[in-house]
Amino acid sequence: MSISNQDVHHIARLARLGISDEEVEIYADNLSRILDLVAQMNDVDTDGIEPMAHPSDVSLRLRDDTVSETDHRDEFMGIAPASENGLYLVPKVIE
Amino acid sequence: MPHNHTLLELSKKLRSRDISALELCTHFLDRIEGDTKLNAFITSDTERALQQARVADDALNSGSASPLTGLPIAHKDIFCTKGLKTSCGSRMLDNFISPYDATVVERLAKEGVITLGKTNMDEFAMGSSNETSWYGPVANPWDTSRVAGGSSGGSAAAVAARLVPAATGTDTGGSIRQPAALCGLTGLKPSYGRVSRYGIVAFASSLDQAGPIAQTAADAALLFDAMAGFDPRDSTSLDKKFEAASSSLEKPLKGLKIGLPNEFFDSGVDSDVGAAVQAAVARLCELGASAVNIALPNSAAAIPCYYVIAPAEASSNLARFDGVRYGYRTNDPVDLTDLYERSRAEGFGAEVKRRIMIGTYALSSGYYDAYYLKAQKIRRLIATDFDRAFAQCDVIAGPTTPTTAFKIGEKMDNPVSMYLNDIFTSSVNLAGLPALSIPVGFSGSGLPIGMQLIGPYLDEAKLLNVGHCYQQTTDWHRHVPGEFA
Repeated sequence: MSISNQDVHHIARLARLGISDEEVEIYADNLSRILDLVAQMNDVDTDGIEPMAHPSDVSLRLRDDTVSETDHRDEFMGIAPASENGLYLVPKVIE
Repeated sequence: MPHNHTLLELSKKLRSRDISALELCTHFLDRIEGDTKLNAFITSDTERALQQARVADDALNSGSASPLTGLPIAHKDIFCTKGLKTSCGSRMLDNFISPYDATVVERLAKEGVITLGKTNMDEFAMGSSNETSWYGPVANPWDTSRVAGGSSGGSAAAVAARLVPAATGTDTGGSIRQPAALCGLTGLKPSYGRVSRYGIVAFASSLDQAGPIAQTAADAALLFDAMAGFDPRDSTSLDKKFEAASSSLEKPLKGLKIGLPNEFFDSGVDSDVGAAVQAAVARLCELGASAVNIALPNSAAAIPCYYVIAPAEASSNLARFDGVRYGYRTNDPVDLTDLYERSRAEGFGAEVKRRIMIGTYALSSGYYDAYYLKAQKIRRLIATDFDRAFAQCDVIAGPTTPTTAFKIGEKMDNPVSMYLNDIFTSSVNLAGLPALSIPVGFSGSGLPIGMQLIGPYLDEAKLLNVGHCYQQTTDWHRHVPGEFA
């Protein structure tokens, strides 16, 4: 399985990862090698096998809809790179 | 010297007041401070540790102490620790001071365990050599030109060099067992659901489990019993009661059936490693066990399957690092996309980005069935192989790793050769089973060799029992690298 430079750009865009032009070739090579390893899965016949998403087959627990936490807003916002008046700051989205 | 003792021995000394918690804490802090070769720690926390030690001494003097009170340990830097840097080995979290404690940290602290610091690790636990850490590689105390293993490499190196008597780790594809094996230690990866994942920075949520890295199986049992148990804050935590693993350590091995999978003893295993593991099995047989050959026919597919599932889950989990709410943020972003893309490009290292890319690709439109769905089906086949095997045996034994510790830098050029380190360990995570690595000898060049024992779901007590009985008649676990003795 070979990954093209164009594929690399597309995947990086989906993953919101900035990639420099010099890195594209390296990613294409590395990802192709990993996909060659992954392609060994095709040696296994999986017809009719039920997929396993998780080691515990039990359904997720539900809890009562009650307040279990106190307010930590100031602590949590205190570690943000940029915040003001209880809001996270990001570059302008709407002109 | 206090550092040549196990947790249980130190616990006795604390209770008989041969040594105070403060003296013990100071001794180990000095050792951590004095080490210049290993790079095992990212953060040490002297003030808080000394404060915790004073509190422990009060409890020991007043008779209100638990068996763990006053014992110093270190936490892998993936566990959130309130008010203390939790970097996960990444530039992305280099400035992250956790606002809360992980359940594991909280539970151990409640028992009076003292946190000496946070250990180095592969970035976001992605690696098998501790070389992907933003803080640099960890050296193996047995040969400092070699890797300590990963991803819990700092924890393993710290315990092997007796900078701490024990430490916590996490294991997604072998990250407790592999470094334990390469450093001559005992490491337990518990069954999925036994130890709360709350407050552990998530890598692959259906595979991650936390466990102890210790000198002996008895010490691992002591820590495991304190770490494990139901936690309502982790939706995958098992709501069940269990007997303490420490209570069944001495059970005789008579009648124990050890399964030996042909697939784990093939030509890819170093001859020293294979021979040491065979000798360890022979020793267990002298103690009353018997060996049977079993098959795990889908073993070869475990690594390919793991390298779809783990990156897929990682690409989703690591989407949270966006430069907005916490962690690294790039300078002067021109717009929101630029903020995301550059914060992530600069905050993550090469291996993490590779895995995010692979995971994103495997989950992307048009490829889901060929990769993620196919991998989930293979995961089922691997789990079924284990179910069938455990109809014939009580535990499965084999090498933890195909080789002993390799040289720093040796495998960094080729990600795939690094991934093959986890060839015997990753299938256990896919199936959600418990497994233990114990030291069973040394190679011709003096490097430790580990044997992996895999148990049926929820039977970590059996693994620790077997490990303990083995350690009662061998002394591999007593060896300390000369330079650090």
